[in-house]
Amino acid sequence: MDYNWNWAVLFQEPYLGWLLSGLQWTLLVAIAAWVIAFVVGSAVGILRTVPNRLVRTLAAAYVELFRNIPLLVQLFVWYFVVPELLPEDLGLWVKRDMPNPEYVTAVVALGAYTAARVAEQVRSGIQTIGKDLVNAGLAIGLTPLQNYLYIRLPISYRIIVPPLTSEFLTIFKNSSLALTIGVLELTAQARQIENYTFQGFEAFTAATVLYLVITLLVVLLMRLIDQKTRIPGSVGAN
Amino acid sequence: MGDFDFQVIIESLPFLFDGLLISFQLTFLALIAGLAWGTILAVMRIWGPAPLRWFSAVYVNIFRSIPLILVIFWFYFLVPLLIGRPVGNFTSALIAFSLFEAAYYAEIMRAGLNSVSRGQVYAGLAIGLSPRQNLQYVILPQAFRNMIPVLLTQAIILFQDTSLVYVVALSDFMTSASVVAKVEGRLAEMYLFAALVYFVICFSGSLLVKHLQKKKVA
Repeated sequence: MDYNWNWAVLFQEPYLGWLLSGLQWTLLVAIAAWVIAFVVGSAVGILRTVPNRLVRTLAAAYVELFRNIPLLVQLFVWYFVVPELLPEDLGLWVKRDMPNPEYVTAVVALGAYTAARVAEQVRSGIQTIGKDLVNAGLAIGLTPLQNYLYIRLPISYRIIVPPLTSEFLTIFKNSSLALTIGVLELTAQARQIENYTFQGFEAFTAATVLYLVITLLVVLLMRLIDQKTRIPGSVGAN
Repeated sequence: MGDFDFQVIIESLPFLFDGLLISFQLTFLALIAGLAWGTILAVMRIWGPAPLRWFSAVYVNIFRSIPLILVIFWFYFLVPLLIGRPVGNFTSALIAFSLFEAAYYAEIMRAGLNSVSRGQVYAGLAIGLSPRQNLQYVILPQAFRNMIPVLLTQAIILFQDTSLVYVVALSDFMTSASVVAKVEGRLAEMYLFAALVYFVICFSGSLLVKHLQKKKVA
């Protein structure tokens, strides 16, 4: 194999700056998208468990729609098609005046996509609680809403910390798709360094290591949350 | 949006169909290779000696920590370098997908192999099967049967993931749709059509998975 190693390239300007700025955008896209995914996903997941059949069906339709179309296609639809579908004034604003359109689009697309996956976890969390606790809540006179607020949601969120961890990890990886609409996140910057310097090994290794570090930090953080919120007496509790 | 142009979709159908075939081909080949390599990784992880166990764990954890696009870029760059001559982007994408998917299949296989009860394993050994025969005739067939719904779900995810070869301009369905979109200046039509096609295929697949899961419970 014919290859000129040059690890020093990673610590030269402008390449070091590119990597750090890429890392920053990866974090910014993923974390902002996670906020949307968590809020929307929770709402959709809860709506899938309510008594009203129409509401349940609509929530299920959201999940199926966003789960069965590749994220890349969704991203392009948000970026190229949605501004055309909006009312004229709003569409014009999105196309001309919205600040940082690539970033905003990537966050919205990734958030809406991940929301469908979060919704599935929230729904299964609520459903694993079973009828007994729900009936007990009703028996002591809680309204259905109070039942959700004080019994069903607090318990289910504590159960689903591990599956949410893996969705949270996935969102960092999926944020790399933002490069297709021009967000210069970590993967894009590694690719750009390869294009400029032909040091692909070094550039891709740097990106790989940075993603591994993100994964490690997220896993440690979520383990801490899991330990703090674990329901005493459940499997694996101390 | 009043001027939605169906004509451009109809005219480009043959071109898009060729792209769809590439997507299917890539999915199918990566599925076979990923499943084979994933099975080996899972067996190494469960029954292998320490160095192999360790290798398998590190392999799976690294591949599961990095984005697929980065893996595609890695092999697009690495494969020609290792082989010493340019290879097509299909070959490098296929290698990237196979090695990447194997990490996910290994985890599914590991769960599936662990789901086969210990009694079965001991019974196989008791009737005099060698460990290899036991794996081949007793454990793997049962594990595979337990895993069919999960494996199919992963296959649907793989099919969706193949759209990412867009980043190395391999003319799969997604890339073909975007080529037409740009050449004809019909972005809305082409991307909505692409979304529809993917949705129909993947939703049918997920209905099949639900059907299989119900059958298993019954």
